[in-house]
Amino acid sequence: MFGYTFYWSIVWQKLPELAAGAALTLQITVLSMILGTAFGAALAIGRQGRGLGLRLSTAWVELARNTPALFQIYMVYFGLGAFGIHLSSYVAMVAALTFNNAGYLAEVFRGGLSSVPKTQMSAARSLGMTVGQSYARVVFPQVFKTVFFPYVNQLNWALLNSSLGMIIGLRELTGATQAAQSESFRTFEFFLVAAAIYFLLSKIVEVSARLIFRRLFRT
Amino acid sequence: MIEIRNVRKSFGNHEVIKGVSLEVKKGEVLCLIGASGSGKSTMLQCINGLEPIQAGEILVDGISVHAKSTDLNLLRQKLGIVFQQYNAFPHLNALENVALAPRIVRKMRPKDALEIAREHLDYVGLSAQAEQYPTSLSGGQQQRLAIARALAMKPDYMLFDEVTSALDPELVGEVLDTIRKLRTNGMTMIMVTHDIAFARESADRVAFFDGGVICEIGDARQVITAPNKERTQQFLQRVLH
Amino acid sequence: MKITLPYSGLQWSDLWFVLQGIGNTVLLTVIAATIGTIIGLALGWARGESKTARWAFAPIINVVRSVPLIIQLILASSFFAMAGGEASPLVAGCVVLSLYMGVLTSELVRAGLASVHITLRRAARSLGMSYWQELRHVSAPLALRAVFPGWVGTLIALTKDTALVGVLGYVELMRATQILINRTNEALLILTGAGLFYFLICYPISRYCRRLEKAMNHD
Repeated sequence: MFGYTFYWSIVWQKLPELAAGAALTLQITVLSMILGTAFGAALAIGRQGRGLGLRLSTAWVELARNTPALFQIYMVYFGLGAFGIHLSSYVAMVAALTFNNAGYLAEVFRGGLSSVPKTQMSAARSLGMTVGQSYARVVFPQVFKTVFFPYVNQLNWALLNSSLGMIIGLRELTGATQAAQSESFRTFEFFLVAAAIYFLLSKIVEVSARLIFRRLFRT
Repeated sequence: MIEIRNVRKSFGNHEVIKGVSLEVKKGEVLCLIGASGSGKSTMLQCINGLEPIQAGEILVDGISVHAKSTDLNLLRQKLGIVFQQYNAFPHLNALENVALAPRIVRKMRPKDALEIAREHLDYVGLSAQAEQYPTSLSGGQQQRLAIARALAMKPDYMLFDEVTSALDPELVGEVLDTIRKLRTNGMTMIMVTHDIAFARESADRVAFFDGGVICEIGDARQVITAPNKERTQQFLQRVLH
Repeated sequence: MKITLPYSGLQWSDLWFVLQGIGNTVLLTVIAATIGTIIGLALGWARGESKTARWAFAPIINVVRSVPLIIQLILASSFFAMAGGEASPLVAGCVVLSLYMGVLTSELVRAGLASVHITLRRAARSLGMSYWQELRHVSAPLALRAVFPGWVGTLIALTKDTALVGVLGYVELMRATQILINRTNEALLILTGAGLFYFLICYPISRYCRRLEKAMNHD
């Protein structure tokens, strides 16, 4: 094609580096999702309340959703320096992605809670269940079901967003690919392989999510 | 016995119950009739403690529903309630819907809870649908499921809040049959209904609600066929013709 | 002679530099949004109406959705380089972002068309309307109304995603910001300004969008 000769063997030589990058990508993704889930749940509760809690959590959610993820990463990596906080690119990346995930997940959780009719709570309470039992046995299982796929979606976003680590010098999959190709300038070959790995990871998440959903909800 | 004494209830500035008193004895069936918004449905929710009240008190077997010292969850086990919207739990199948509360509220062993659930599904004629989820049940079946769910807690009283209003006409019969069966078995019931014919047939007494107060209360046949108050006559004329 | 802003290494000329960055961000957004929407409408209609189209476009849609944008951008630009043409970062950015916008929009359009009840379409056809008349006067107006809030949301996502084209060397706002940070070390001030720009564009639109969605759900 266009007189260009593809040169793949150099990519296979660097495959261990790419694999290490992929491992770091997964690590960042999972960590930022776990932390993001915790903060996101707190934000969703905070937005039901009043006063300072409401304003802070609203500010967090709106900032996370209405500015580029790259901006959030820069803010954590460069911006916090003004306060004397200098984070490694790894910590900065996890923190920024957590910030981002929490903002989006807060909305996911809020939507899930409001999708369960209030009458379900009355029905559960009328049978003598406590508030806690009603949430645990009746409301949350339904929230879980409506929230499941939006949550998996966010997981996929986190996976793709973690590629921005390259820009602050992190050797996750994209960063590792960038570094590996810099010796040979076989940019296309290297990034095509990286793209395939992302595609594979993303599909694995998607397919296993679908299987888990089917097992859990027997649909 | 359920005793309601001078109860007042408001939503914000809007007072929907303006001083209601009545008594329901063991084994009695009382129907509450009246126009929409007259406060009868709210009255039921108050009896179950799902709604707070502003004045007066409600006693169930001598226990005050709205007193702070009352364990509402314990008290609610005496009071089954079935709503207009069936409120089946969509994530559980019919059997699990009925078994859930006996298991986690009454702390029964799962096996016993399922046993109880089967009995009650059988009672309302849903044995064949035990494994089905609410979405695959008809409205009438879902409503009977809701009745079975409430009965499985072995309540002493049953409250029915317009349980046939959301149903297609051809499905009303099966739900009413279930309620008739309960009456034959001596269940104490308070029913809010728009079905005047059913009220006359199955209630011992009828209370006519109008504007947040009881306008007339008495023997079912007397109130419906020969009402004393003009308001009652007007209402009955409107709904019967 | 240089006039310096108080307490910073920033110069007045830097303001012009940032404004140019903003101009480039807007330019990229407008081009990609326009082309992407046209692609999305056509693709969404084709995927909604024909099984063959659904099957034929599935691979490309899968790839666009499951590979990080940053890698898509690098691949596109190195592909142009391989093909011999020295494509500008703007062109590579426009191609990738238009396709991305097109794919996301096509998902919305397809769902929008599916939301128009089949009986309604049959009713229209039974009145003697042709396929195109029915589409033009019944399905399309209804579907597009349903699609609009989602489309605005995608537009916001696109605006934020233009920040990634900076990786190719296109000096849009985020790239301009980074260059200034490297030179002046005034990270917090500059980043706050840039973040504010994105926020002031995205936040009002997303609020409007949410209100619209609420109003439509109440119909």
